[in-house]
Amino acid sequence: MELFKAFVVGGLICVIGQLIMDLTSYKIATPHILVGFVAGGAILSGLGIYQHIVDFAGAGATIPLPGFGHSLAQGAIEGAKTNGLLGALGGGIEKTSVGIAAAILFSFLAAVIFNPKGD
Amino acid sequence: MASKKLGKQTLRLDNPPSIIGSGSVVGPKEGQGPLGGYFHRVCKDTLLGEISWEKAERKMLEEAMNLALEQAQIQPSEVDFILAGDLLNQIISANYTARAFDIPFIGLYGACSTMIEGMALGALLVDGGYADKVLHGASSHYDTAERQYRFPTELGTQRPMSAQWTVTGAGATLLANQGMGPYITHVTFGKVIDRGIQNANDMGSAMAPAVADTIITHFKDTGRGPGDYDLIISGDLAVYGHAITLQLVREAGYDLNKNYTDCGILIFDPAQDVHAGGSGCGCSATVVASWLLKHIWELKYRRVLVIGSGALLSTVAIQQGESIPGIGHAVVLEKFE
Repeated sequence: MELFKAFVVGGLICVIGQLIMDLTSYKIATPHILVGFVAGGAILSGLGIYQHIVDFAGAGATIPLPGFGHSLAQGAIEGAKTNGLLGALGGGIEKTSVGIAAAILFSFLAAVIFNPKGD
Repeated sequence: MASKKLGKQTLRLDNPPSIIGSGSVVGPKEGQGPLGGYFHRVCKDTLLGEISWEKAERKMLEEAMNLALEQAQIQPSEVDFILAGDLLNQIISANYTARAFDIPFIGLYGACSTMIEGMALGALLVDGGYADKVLHGASSHYDTAERQYRFPTELGTQRPMSAQWTVTGAGATLLANQGMGPYITHVTFGKVIDRGIQNANDMGSAMAPAVADTIITHFKDTGRGPGDYDLIISGDLAVYGHAITLQLVREAGYDLNKNYTDCGILIFDPAQDVHAGGSGCGCSATVVASWLLKHIWELKYRRVLVIGSGALLSTVAIQQGESIPGIGHAVVLEKFE
């Protein structure tokens, strides 16, 4: 049941992204989706809404880009509580640091081992 | 007084140079397309054993040029000039390929119209008595073009339906002052036309006005019409640009409906998921160097108007809010019996 909820919610987030790409003018490109989703997740998180989605769908909400925005926002809030202004600035990056480092490491390894296919 | 000039933009060649050899090297996707059997060489992959797409592209261009020389049985030392270009910054594919030859090199940039631009200029060099043999070449590569103009393919970005697929291929032709044809009899250089299209994923629509303008000017300059040609073929307007060109030319009073097609439409089958069709310097270069020349040689088409189409943008210009200017250069290829 948890898997199903994660699947549906994660998939729905991607469907929203695809619809935006298919139905808007060419001026809305993939970077807009990327930034929009992260920012959207951060805003929903700050308003306390996104945590409910996470509670419901687990990884289906934390893995997609809005989930990253959620971590950034929560990290900033926690940092602000403990360290004031500096904590607000650094907290988001601190909370997402492992994810970012993992992404860099795995993509580097992939680039070293594999050749791009091109198509 | 320019005695060989007809009208505003067309030049008539008194000693029409002859194409005496050609070469075309393409990637597997092009080889699987409708014209697959015509290309001189179809590669198994798009990397050709090199470590980068850019190196692979130059390898293809060099090979296309060598194939043209081999077909004509001409040594590189007999060639007076190389005219070549491609889509990359500073036309490195052409530059580094020319490095491999000991021949004076004239680098060109006409975007996807480069092949025809080169053939037109080369024809003038030969007709004017400035050269006996000229080698033209142009290349493009799907992955180098995506990196150059849009996003690197490593990113896996989705492409919209109006986008075209840059042909991975290189074409070359060898022109001489004597031969059995096909001959280049006229050239029409185009003006830059910009109708305000800003979508870098829809080049066909951006280039169509320029191609239409060149076609119309060519007809006015020469006094000819669509019926004087067995075939009128543009470089890479693909589906959307082709339709727009038909309409624009019709508005000027010429009906291209019976004999107008486009290399970008011919080179791929819609089933290959290439969205609007083929594009890139390699599109017109490979189709002309293989399918078209063969058909003219076999007299299936005796007189053909070829219009190379180019979109003269850069990513920086687009990011700064500019629109996409287009250009169309034309040559008339003819085989007398």
